[in-house]
Parts: sequence; C-alpha cells; structure tokens
Amino acid sequence: MKSLEELKAIRDRMQGQVGMRSEDDTQTRVVVGMATCGIASGARPVLTALSDLVQEKNLHNVSVTQTGCIGLCQFEPIVEVFEPGQEKVTYIKMTPEKAKDVVEQHLIQGRIVKDYIIPKTLG
Amino acid sequence: MYRSHVLVCGGTGCTSSGSEEIIQALQAEIDKNGLTSEVSVVKTGCHGLCALGPIMIVYPEASFYSMVKVEDIPEIVSEHLLKGRVVTRLLYNETVTEDGMKSLSDTAFYKKQHRIALRNCGVINPENIDEYIGTDGYQALGKVLTEMTPDEVIQVVLDSGLRGRGGAGFPTGRKWQMARNFVQDGGQKYVCCNADEGDPGAFMDRSVLEGDPHVVLEAMTIAGYAIGASQGYIYVRAEYPIAVERLRIAIGQAREYGLLGNNIFGTDFSFDIDLRLGAGAFVCGEETALMTSIEGNRGEPRPRPPFPAVKGLFARPTILNNVETYANIPQIILHGANWFASMGTEKSKGTKVFALGGKINNTGLVEIPMGTTLREVIEEIGGGIPDGKKFKAAQTGGPSGGCIPAEHYDVPIDYDNLLAIGSMMGSGGLIVMDEDNCMVDIAKFFLEFTVDESCGKCTPCRVGTKRMYEMLDKITKGQATLEDLDKLEELCYYIKENALCGLGQTAPNPVLSTLRYFRDEYVAHVVEKRCPAGVCKALLSYTIDADKCKGCTLCARNCPANAITGAVKEPHVIDQSKCIKCGACMEKCRFSAISKK
Ligand SMILES: Cc1cc2nc3c(=O)[nH]c(=O)nc-3n(C[C@H](O)[C@H](O)[C@H](O)COP(=O)(O)O)c2cc1C
Ligand code: SF4
Ligand code: SF4
Ligand code: SF4
Ligand code: FES
Repeated sequence: MKSLEELKAIRDRMQGQVGMRSEDDTQTRVVVGMATCGIASGARPVLTALSDLVQEKNLHNVSVTQTGCIGLCQFEPIVEVFEPGQEKVTYIKMTPEKAKDVVEQHLIQGRIVKDYIIPKTLG
Repeated sequence: MYRSHVLVCGGTGCTSSGSEEIIQALQAEIDKNGLTSEVSVVKTGCHGLCALGPIMIVYPEASFYSMVKVEDIPEIVSEHLLKGRVVTRLLYNETVTEDGMKSLSDTAFYKKQHRIALRNCGVINPENIDEYIGTDGYQALGKVLTEMTPDEVIQVVLDSGLRGRGGAGFPTGRKWQMARNFVQDGGQKYVCCNADEGDPGAFMDRSVLEGDPHVVLEAMTIAGYAIGASQGYIYVRAEYPIAVERLRIAIGQAREYGLLGNNIFGTDFSFDIDLRLGAGAFVCGEETALMTSIEGNRGEPRPRPPFPAVKGLFARPTILNNVETYANIPQIILHGANWFASMGTEKSKGTKVFALGGKINNTGLVEIPMGTTLREVIEEIGGGIPDGKKFKAAQTGGPSGGCIPAEHYDVPIDYDNLLAIGSMMGSGGLIVMDEDNCMVDIAKFFLEFTVDESCGKCTPCRVGTKRMYEMLDKITKGQATLEDLDKLEELCYYIKENALCGLGQTAPNPVLSTLRYFRDEYVAHVVEKRCPAGVCKALLSYTIDADKCKGCTLCARNCPANAITGAVKEPHVIDQSKCIKCGACMEKCRFSAISKK
C-alpha cells in the first residue's frame, strides 16, 4: 500500500462488514421472514439477494436480517423494511428480482415499490 | 457478504471458560445448516464481562448471549441464525426486559463506561488488519504523515492532556517533546512499548494486545514520526502467548501492507517494530530495567538521571509508553485534543481501564471516564459485592499502591485524588475487599510479592522489604508488640527514601495505607491477639457451642486432623492443640453450632 487512497478503499470495503457490529439506531433494517413456511416458499434466495445487493451498493446504514414466521404465510416470502422514524413497509411474494427493485428504488432512492406491498385491507 | 456476524470472545477469560470449543462447534453447526456463506464467525478480544464467559454476540440484532455452552449451539444456530428467533433463555439477563431486548449499552455494566482504548476489543477480529482498517484503523497515521509536522503531533498530544497509563501518570506529550528536542547528533532514537504488565490481577494491557494489536503498532509509528525515530520495540512478557502471537501476526500484516517499513504512504518516513520477550520479572516493567533487558542484559534498574528521553535504549534518546497510553493516541489524532480533554477531571483527561477483581460480581475489564467514583464502579458497573457483604476497601495500584477505604467511596477517581488519599492509579488493577478480608493479611500478601520480585541490587529494598515482611508475619501470628508497629512504620519511610528504583520506593505503600486507615486492625492483632476479619489462622480458634450441637458427628468425620471428639447425640468438642484451623467442620455443620473467633 503506497497511498492513503488505497487505505480508504479498504476502509470503505470493510465498513459495510464491521459497521454491522453496532447498535446504532439510525440503521435501516430489512427483515426477511424465514420460518419454515418462508423457507419453503423460497425466502432463502431472497435473503441472499438482499444481502449481496446491500453489500455491493455499499449501503452502510442498512442491515439485512431474518425473522421467524410473520404470520401471513400465504404471502411468503415476506420482506419488511424498518426505517428509523418511518412506518414499517411490508413487501410480499418476494423474489430475488423483486428484491433488486426494492434495494434500488426503496433503499437507495427512498421510493416505496408500491406494486409489491401488501394490499392495505389485509395489512 | 455475510448477513450476520457472530462474535465469540477469544479473550483470556472466555478462552479459559471454553470459547475455543464454542467456536468450533458453532462453525460446524453453521456449515451443517448450509449457512457458511451467510453467517460469519469472528473471534474477538475481551468484551469486559469475563465473569459471564464464554460470551457470544450476534449482529445485526446485537443479541448478547452469556455463559454459552456447547450444548446450546444447535439451538442458537437453528433458532436464531436460521429462523431469526432470538433464544431469549440464553441472553445475558440484564439485556432482557418485559418488552423484549434492552440494548447492551444500556445495561448497568456498560452504561457508564466509555470505550476509547478498548473501542475495538470485542468488536473486530484482531488477526485481520482489514477489520482494523474498517474501524478507521491507520487513518490517524495517514493523517499524521501527510498533513502534520512532528511538532504539530506533539502539540496535539500535549493539548489532549494525556498522561501515562502505566502508573506514574507523566504527561505523554512532554515525554515525546523531550525526546524530539534531543537533536545533538542526528543519530538513532527509539520508541518502546511497555507491555510487561506484572501486577498481580492486572490484565488491561493484555486485553488490548489480544483484542486490538494494531492500535499499538499505529500509535508507536506515530510516536516514531513525532520524535524522529525509525525503530520501535514492544517488550511483552512471554507468559502472554496469545498476545505475543497476535502481535506477531499484526506486525507481519502491517509490513505486508507497507504500514511498517520504508517510505510509509510514499513519504520519506520509515519505521519498523520488533518484539522483545520478557521473562516475567516484575522489575523489568520499570523503565530503565526494561531497556537494560532489551539490550540483552540482566534486567536491573539503573539510576536516573540520565532520563531515557536523553539517554535510554542503547544510550540513545528513547520514549517508553504503556500499551493503554498508546491505545489512546490514534483516537486523539483523529478526533482532536479538545475532544479528549473534554473527558475527565481537571488534571486527568480521558478514560482509564481497570481490571475489576476480588469481591465483586462483575469481575472483568471496564473503561471509565476519569472522575467516575469508586461507588459507581463497584455498585453500578461492577454489580456490587456478592452475598450482600459490606464493602471494606478497594486496592488500586497493585504492590505499589494502597487501599481506598469506604470513607472515600465517593472520591472521583483520578491520578491526583488517588495519590492524595494514599493510593495510586497504577496500571489499573482494582481489587475489591469486603468485611471478610483482613487488611494486615492483604499488606502481607503484597509484601510477599515484592520480596520475591526485588532484584536485589540495592540494600534498602533487598533487606528492607524482607524485614517488613517478617514484621507483618509476626503481627498476623500475634507475636508483635506496639513497638514493632512503630518500627514497621519507620522502616517504610526509610525504604521509600532510599531504594534505587520504583519497585522499592513504592513497596511500603500497601503497608502505609492500611496502617493509615485500618490501624485499629493492626492493634487488634498486636494487643488483643485477635484478627477481626477472622483470616489470620494463628489467631483463630474454632469452638463448638454445646447448646446448639446435636451430636450428629458430621464435623468429626470431616476433620482432617481428628481434632473433634464426642459421642453420638452428645455435644462435641474441638481439641485446640490438634486443630489446624482448616474450617472444614464449620462448613459442614448444619446446625451452625461451630463458630470461629
Ligand atoms: C517495579 C515497576 C514495575 C513497572 N511495571 C510496569 C508495567 O508492567 N507496565 C507499564 O506500562 N509500566 C510499568 N512501570 C512503569 C514504567 O516504569 C514507566 O513509568 C511506564 O511504562 C511509562 O509509560 P507511561 O508514561 O505511558 O505510563 C513499572 C514501574 C516500576 C517501578
Ligand atoms: S529498589 Fe529493589 S528492585 Fe529496585 S533496584 Fe533496588 S533492589 Fe532492585
Ligand atoms: S456437625 Fe455440628 S451438630 Fe454435628 S456434631 Fe459437629 S458441631 Fe455438633
Ligand atoms: S477447623 Fe479443621 S482441623 Fe480444626 S477442628 Fe475443624 S475440621 Fe478439624
Ligand atoms: S475474556 Fe471474554 S469477556 Fe473478557
């Protein structure tokens, strides 16, 4: 390593990793339902896609986790997004492709992907 | 990309309670569940709550599992890591509330702590330089080399008010300035790190080295730039194999990245660091003895002046700082002198790491802002004294320090306050004592240590500490007179005045401070031939209360000396001439018929 730029590059790459190890409440949490029903309906590839994308796009303030059954088994795989100070947004029947849209539109640009959210009457 | 990080403590405490097996079982279970590429297992340094080890934290939820057993692993993996359901049963109970999980930083143990020197301990993998860089590691070095002059660096350290954490509390900036100002011949200067940590019960420095070794390397390199040195040495005791190993790895990685070696960051500054292993003699922690030992000679102190800043290692200008002192430097550079100086008391800035031990619930490692009171440390952070016993005194500064009695429970802890009440900051051992501790016995314990560790070079220390020990021994056996007590005190002052190095000069402190606050206990031993705390064996006697004794014979069957006689269902008696005062009978008796006096 011969320059500060190289050092900064390593830092930026690593921050997404070690940044997870804090209890910072400014973090946005993306939660994937991963109980038996979720796993059976294909939640795992969704989870993997979300994790990979968040890392790829260097979204330091976003963490991706999983949770047990959310209780809406017929809509699995389900992804919930919790932003600090915002109401929870619930995406249903997710796929890795839809996950990509959520990351790019919702997490990066701040626009909720209306097509994928749970119909209000059921929420 | 890992979506979850499982941090398992690989610190000294948790390693001894089995964290290594936990890591293996955990990794195997993760592999078995096909989570290998999603969940990363990170072995970290000490989290501080060693009493609750092995410790495991799962991120991003920050679930803090304590006293984890190998049998718990399948449940943690299948429930938490696979399905995302926190295993509440295994959480550290302080973090569990009625409505879910409380954040770790809100628990009594962590709330009043402020982690600067320990900021990466328990957070990063100490064997991976990238993780250190990911938490702003080596940024301070980059800033120093590309944006600051050596004088500016020293000015920041001076303005921060940082004082040495190895014991004496000398201002770090002043030390660096003295070494920098020596420019007579443009020859070599040295930067040394004191990682000898020999006080009984101390493991602060060890935890920094094991949990965050790169911070020491970065800080020493900054010091090298500031004073104009190109070589550093870390003097670490060979009895710390994990610390030594992690330092070796860290030095290797730093060299590979060009963060040690020639032309760091493309500047014309070059610096390298080597390890020197100490054999574990306490006196080798004294600065001149340490340098003599690095030079390859027997570690004996030499008279000062000349001071090391002028004539130190290999007779060249040298600075020596403690591990924890260095651990503060990169943060001071990055956040500025004012940031650091805003913490603490008027003359003691920043934080101090203490190893809590003795009669306290949360034995472990804590870092508190200077000015925190002993009461806060013991009652809140330390979780109080076990079994509802009463606080009697806290010993700080190890064999060079003294005890702080209950009357000073609310004194803000800093260098000057501790000195004023007859103790000292020392390197940070803090041993809590309750009503069951005999203060004469404590003083004797430390003197025994000093006698063993005296290097023998000067007579006041070699012979004087021995005489002190003998007098203390006489007192604990009830054979001393009040005159002896006066003689003991006189000898203390004589040794303080005349010993060659710090070891001898401070050796009488444990005696002087216990005499100051607990003279009545000494007098009870001497005049009444009684040990009020019931510790000194020679002054104890065990007796059976005939009214309470049911004659169950249990005590007699457990007495290793066959000192107890009595017929079944008849009161038993102890033959004092045979009794070896082991206490077994008292422990066994179910009717509280046996007492000691
Ligand atoms: C007998 C004796 C033992 C010492 N042991 C240590 C030690 O283990 N670690 C340490 O940092 N300082 C120890 N010191 C203090 C050092 O001599 C020196 O003051 C210190 O390392 C300077 O670093 P600092 O200014 O950063 O505190 C000891 C001093 C004496 C007299
Ligand atoms: S004071 Fe003790 S340890 Fe120090 S030089 Fe004298 S004999 Fe050695
Ligand atoms: S154990 Fe207690 S009750 Fe039993 S014989 Fe001994 S003193 Fe008496
Ligand atoms: S104190 Fe020990 S030696 Fe003495 S009587 Fe009790 S059991 Fe026996
Ligand atoms: S060694 Fe694990 S918490 Fe201290």
